[in-house]
Amino acid sequence: MLLPHILPIVSSLKTRTMRSSLTILAFFALGVIVGKFHFIPLEYVPENLSHYTLYALMFIVGIGIGSDSHALKALRKINFKILLIPLTTIVGTALGMVIVSFLLKGISLKETMAVGAGYGYYSLSSIIIKEMHSEWLGVIALLANVIREIVTLVLAPIFAFYFGKIAPICSGGATSMDTTLPIIVQSSGKEYAIPSLIHGIVLTILVPFIVTFFLSI
Amino acid sequence: MTAGIIAGILVRGFPKLIKANEHLTMWAIYALLFVMGLEIGTNNEILSSLHTLGVKALIIAIAGVLGSVITAYFTYRIFFKNKNNAE
Repeated sequence: MLLPHILPIVSSLKTRTMRSSLTILAFFALGVIVGKFHFIPLEYVPENLSHYTLYALMFIVGIGIGSDSHALKALRKINFKILLIPLTTIVGTALGMVIVSFLLKGISLKETMAVGAGYGYYSLSSIIIKEMHSEWLGVIALLANVIREIVTLVLAPIFAFYFGKIAPICSGGATSMDTTLPIIVQSSGKEYAIPSLIHGIVLTILVPFIVTFFLSI
Repeated sequence: MTAGIIAGILVRGFPKLIKANEHLTMWAIYALLFVMGLEIGTNNEILSSLHTLGVKALIIAIAGVLGSVITAYFTYRIFFKNKNNAE
């Protein structure tokens, strides 16, 4: 019954965020190759170019959220129980990051926390991390969050079977509202489409704030 | 971003502007990732350690996913299973 209401939301969010992993990675790889082999004279690239592009991007992402009446309507369906799902993702990711900061050398807890707080939203989180922290951590954030999306796409049915029906949503993180939504609905059932959507929207809005928080402490 | 959300609410009546914004977002992300790649491509230090960064990224991704699904298992058992659906 809810499905006709979900579909337009999904399609509008999908075109808006366009987190097509392969295209994004292709542009990234293209940049690496062009930079490596000096295909364009880099003296003409302004030093803070990516910094100002980031501000512009934050502004247009905001316009996307504000102008999307479907997304704002979906937010009104939020109740306490549904909010437990993004909370689970935030707590669970943080726990994973605490453990991994002990396992990995040369990367601090604050740094793994910031990378984890991308929750799969690699385009925005990696750029914020690169600007606020360093290029190497930005690269880790980009790859780690792309991998998170791919792992979810592949393993969602297994997660739903072994860890319960909200596990694929939490695994997907911010992508649970667009790229991983179809596999989540397939793995957990239609009744989890709206929770998954809300989970993704809530995390997408929180990503810039939580990443910035961890980097500034 | 807050300024953007307010601007977004104001332009809601103009579907053409919203459509243009969707394309703009897409291209802004592509442009940013391209610029990021450009900066990494010219940075030999990063370039030479790309594989170690990749391994770290993989471990972080797996830890994030595992932490999330294990916590999700408990949230599901306590609050969702055998109760009415999530809505």
